[in-house]
Amino acid sequence: MRKNVKVYGTPTCPFCVRAKKFLEDNNIEFENIDISTDAEKTREMVKKSNQMGVPVLDIEGEIIVGFDKDKITQALGL
Amino acid sequence: MQDNLFDLIIIGAGPAGITGAVYAARKGLNFLVLTGDIGGQAAWSSDIENYTGYQFVSGAELTIKFEEHMKKYNIDIRENEPAGELSREGDIVLVKTAKTEYAAKSVVIASGKQSKELGVPGEKEFRNKGLAYCATCDGPLFAGKDVAVIGGGNSALDAALQLIKIAKKIFIVNISPELGGDAVMRDKVIKSGKVIVMNNTRVTGVLGDKFVSGISVSNKEGERELAVEGVFVEIGLIPNSDFAADIEKNDQGEIKVNCRNETNVKGVFAAGDVTDVPEKQIIIAAGEGSKAVLTASRYLAIQE
Repeated sequence: MRKNVKVYGTPTCPFCVRAKKFLEDNNIEFENIDISTDAEKTREMVKKSNQMGVPVLDIEGEIIVGFDKDKITQALGL
Repeated sequence: MQDNLFDLIIIGAGPAGITGAVYAARKGLNFLVLTGDIGGQAAWSSDIENYTGYQFVSGAELTIKFEEHMKKYNIDIRENEPAGELSREGDIVLVKTAKTEYAAKSVVIASGKQSKELGVPGEKEFRNKGLAYCATCDGPLFAGKDVAVIGGGNSALDAALQLIKIAKKIFIVNISPELGGDAVMRDKVIKSGKVIVMNNTRVTGVLGDKFVSGISVSNKEGERELAVEGVFVEIGLIPNSDFAADIEKNDQGEIKVNCRNETNVKGVFAAGDVTDVPEKQIIIAAGEGSKAVLTASRYLAIQE
């Protein structure tokens, strides 16, 4: 089943780039949210994750802070 | 402990560790890489313009290139598994991680450096809650806000320059009598009109409730609070060498190596920013990584 995946990040953060590359390599579709140009989305991310570091992944409501390959793999059931 | 005895364990996967891994694969060694992350400090660099062959590349892009290069050789890399303890038993080197213990005939330490912490109350609690060590990454979260950069060298100036485009007002809190770093960067920072430099000033605490709301600072005029929502710590780097207790280091904690990347312990080699090699550069770390693995492979050949 296709899962709803969102990645909150900035274009300059290395682990955002790597997280997105990891999803692409695994053929996972995701919504790329660039918070550097969207204050509303920044607030949304901080509210969801209760912190201010990027990347934040929202996988079907499961919030993962940072590029944590093990957690991402598990949440996606890869 | 695992039964498998590796020829080599590489600790770290920055430019030194990854380059070493490519050389080890080409030498046909039975080896693995233990690391917390991939890319190391290089991953955090915003613009790299002095790595030969790339006129311009970001740290993130270069890291992806490095990773692809490793994938070509099917290298066994254990990410999220940094070395916790290194010891020697006879001719074997043991490397303990949070998950298990590995044994090898030789080790290359390429664990690099990490950001130095302030060591003040509130720092740990507010990490990622307004306190950050990477302006390149987390800067955009502080659009239109007042922030503080702690430090006075090039990395602090670089952080300030990135924040000038984003934040409302920037305090630079510098413990030294004046700002260091390159004159070009200093001028840009000062001319921006957005920066307030506080020299001879020490940070004494990070304040806030759920997120950062300020810092307390102290100088000869006394102690005061600055209302800021973001704090960027840029006070330099420390080597990740604590796990290598028996390895000789200099007074900065850098592992001492000779020109063949040998440490004071037989079978243990080191490369890159974790060592006392003069100049910390991506291209130097990469070269040192290859040298260390070539020395290790020669060492292995003699042992047999």
